[in-house]
Amino acid sequence: MRYTTDDAPIFVIDQSRCIGCEACVQACMECGTHRGRSLIHLEHVDRASTTQTAPMVCMHCEDPTCAQVCPADAIKQTEGGIVQSALKPRCIGCSNCVIACPFGVPKYMAELDQMMKCDMCTDRTSEGLKPMCASVCPSQALWYGTIDEYNDTRRGALLRDFFFGRQEVRTKVYTVVDDLSAGPLDVMGDGQRSWLDDPFGLDEAAP
Amino acid sequence: MARPPVSEEELVARYGPHLNEAPPGGWDAGVTPDRVVNTHCCFCGQQCGIKLKALDNAVVGFEPWYEFPFNEGKLCPKGVKRYLQGNHPDRLLHPLERDSAASGGFRPVSWDHALDRVVGEVRRIQATHGNDAVAMLSGVSLTNEKSYLIGKFARLALQTANLDYNGRYCMVSAGTGNKKALGIDRASNPWSDIPLADVVWVAGSNVAETFPITTSYVWRARDRGARLIVQDPRVVPLARTADLFLGVRPGTDSALFGAVLHQLIRHDWLDHAFIDAHTVDFEHAAAAVTEMTSQWASDITGVPASRIEQAAEWWGTASTGMLLHARGIEQQTKGVDNVLSAINLGLATGKFGKPGCGVTTITGQGNGQGGREHGHKCDQLPGNRDITNPDHRAYIASVWGCDEAEIPGRGIPAQEIIEAIHAGQIKGLISICFNPAVSAPDSNFTAEALGRLEFYAAIDFFLSESGHHADIVLPGSLHEEDEGTSTSGEGRIIKINPAVTPPGEARRDWEILIDLAERLGRGKYFAYTSTREMFEELRIASAGGTADYSGATWERIETEMGLFWPIPGEGHPGTPRLFEGGRFYHPDGKARFHGVAFRESAEVVDDEYPIWLTTGRVVSQYLSGTQTRRIAGLVDQYPEPLCEMHPRLAERLGVTEGDRVTVRSRRGEMTLPAHVVTTIRPDTVFIPYHWPGARSANQLTNRAVDPASKMPEFKVAAVRVTTAGGRTSTTDARDLDLTEGRE
Repeated sequence: MRYTTDDAPIFVIDQSRCIGCEACVQACMECGTHRGRSLIHLEHVDRASTTQTAPMVCMHCEDPTCAQVCPADAIKQTEGGIVQSALKPRCIGCSNCVIACPFGVPKYMAELDQMMKCDMCTDRTSEGLKPMCASVCPSQALWYGTIDEYNDTRRGALLRDFFFGRQEVRTKVYTVVDDLSAGPLDVMGDGQRSWLDDPFGLDEAAP
Repeated sequence: MARPPVSEEELVARYGPHLNEAPPGGWDAGVTPDRVVNTHCCFCGQQCGIKLKALDNAVVGFEPWYEFPFNEGKLCPKGVKRYLQGNHPDRLLHPLERDSAASGGFRPVSWDHALDRVVGEVRRIQATHGNDAVAMLSGVSLTNEKSYLIGKFARLALQTANLDYNGRYCMVSAGTGNKKALGIDRASNPWSDIPLADVVWVAGSNVAETFPITTSYVWRARDRGARLIVQDPRVVPLARTADLFLGVRPGTDSALFGAVLHQLIRHDWLDHAFIDAHTVDFEHAAAAVTEMTSQWASDITGVPASRIEQAAEWWGTASTGMLLHARGIEQQTKGVDNVLSAINLGLATGKFGKPGCGVTTITGQGNGQGGREHGHKCDQLPGNRDITNPDHRAYIASVWGCDEAEIPGRGIPAQEIIEAIHAGQIKGLISICFNPAVSAPDSNFTAEALGRLEFYAAIDFFLSESGHHADIVLPGSLHEEDEGTSTSGEGRIIKINPAVTPPGEARRDWEILIDLAERLGRGKYFAYTSTREMFEELRIASAGGTADYSGATWERIETEMGLFWPIPGEGHPGTPRLFEGGRFYHPDGKARFHGVAFRESAEVVDDEYPIWLTTGRVVSQYLSGTQTRRIAGLVDQYPEPLCEMHPRLAERLGVTEGDRVTVRSRRGEMTLPAHVVTTIRPDTVFIPYHWPGARSANQLTNRAVDPASKMPEFKVAAVRVTTAGGRTSTTDARDLDLTEGRE
């Protein structure tokens, strides 16, 4: 099964489904052009109190901050809106992009003296295949498909507008929230499941 | 005496585990594969479809197999990196003989020498001590064909009764419970039923780490509005978003299930028509739970009574529901009781044999389902037949072309084999695909037992820690080096295709066994030239048995993306969902309720050992780690065992994150870093078991077994925890690699 350009497939991150297995990170290394380098992140939010993990691919901003701050004009977007790794001949390894990205995506690769980042597996998506991370993701916290497929099979509203201070950022990649008007899902939040504040009933059981 | 020939350090220096980091030629080699092979992951019972890319005689990478219906391309990190077990520097390339003077403790020998030595020692031991003094231990990462062959090899070539398999440490409580209650040992449903359930209840299964792809099935149900209940001593990753969490104390699952049945009866959330028409002995189950109030169960399990009542209401009032259980409730001295009390909940509410309804185990090992059906269990013959049943014996004798009397009787199960070795009753051992030095309980005892063998031959592709004890090591084959079938946890028979041939002088496992049979003078029973011939014989041998494969062909298995047994006869479509129409597999067609009284685990906490220990797995490692401890990316993810404990316990012990602690049980002790997390019960510590020697959690576990299934109690032990001094950084080393870039 391959997607065509007309299908306009989207990439969706649903952090609530992430199981922290790192299949995405491991698979990213295996994408043909990545050659053993994982270009995405997976972080434990606060392992002391939760197994919540956060997989982070590039959000592919419509007007990418990383490109705005690049003094060498080394970061380019494809026609399809994919923000690419820094062009090797231009990149001066200054890490402005690493610091400026509101999502913490770009990585400075010291041994290459170059910034590399998630390119949405251009070699795969350009041929209609899913990116490696969304292909393997066991829980489908990372998801790739058409809007119709999403609406038919998944729940949760899709959000792609973010505010960082006064900067408004619109991204190509979507994240999932329960309620669009409530803003991004607070993955550390309580109140959704009554047991979560006291998983073992320690307070309930106290004499 | 089969003691390691040289120090552990020397063995590790020569035979590993070393880490394979990159495909052949390195990441920048840019190789173009000359073929892509549709096959399956070699690890857990989900048996995800995967495409292996090969060039010359090397596996160089993988590609998701989107068309395979079970996983549609999805893989966990073990599946992603599984191809790196090939072209590995630790791969055994020659037969080896123990020689403490040789570098690494073994010298390479010829196949003739190695096989003749094995045969000579087997004959010597059997002539002196009887045939059963030689045992065989096998494993269910092997294909159906090899499992079948080993069952026949042990009985007709070794002529010993004492063959058992490593499922004894995995699925056997589920199998025993299923047979007692339902008359058949198979998953009740295909996984496509999970999304149809209105309630999904996961009991004692860390699905996210041990069956990661199953998570997507649970979410498909939740996307339809299903409720998720998770029962576990830890808030495992799947539990984090569950609608209801039942944080049970280790070893109390049947009390919880009993209390739920009590509630179902009390509120009349019962399917009386189903109970009347399709079951017997409901009154026994009901009588056993009369006193099991939710408050009583709460006192035992530590789960608030209100949550037990909530679980009962959701399960009892939902029109569809699936209860999935795994090692958490099964690896106990009450494993079978726990399974039976879970099945009671399905039978009481009529949740069997309908879309989205079932109570099923999630089989752990790659071919855990198929491997156990075809005769390398100590009490079974192919087709799930009973080795003590005269009709079954006669039928298999007719297939094998032997006299019925030539088939030995029932042997002893794996843990008893190890005990018998320790006691000096079993003197010789052949093992394949089984690493008891790491995976058996009470590992100090296991090492002592292996050291007492007069002769031990191990068939291994990497030198396992059990292989350290071997007199002869026979280099066998990896999953991707042989052709055959396996049967996934769903009961789906799938096709394993070879991508490469064994390197060096290594041989396919079945070729080694056939050669041994020949040299033992029993070659007439083993005239196979391919694994396909074994499958064709297996079809006949299984015909008419419960696990009937007679209608399955390799061609149909590939074309139809798997076939669900039973498939009695040519053209049969297979049986994805069992028990449709309320037909169970006992002779009267009815399921059995069982009255399950609660009893404590073999060992309970006391003043000396006041903390519960439970063991399990992490997502990046598989079982005893023989394969996964040799793959760099997986080792980076979770390099060494950590002792998970709640901050309340840590505070009482004066321990903070990363402090080294010593955990002691009545069997042994180990020192390891503490991992302080609120996601575990404050009275319980958890340690994953994938490592050998001083890092083995099984130094602490208890050899006590379930009386019916003979499953050891890996999930419950009593320990004492003290600070050991010193700290270890628990920072993920890969975080640094990622920012610095990997060399």
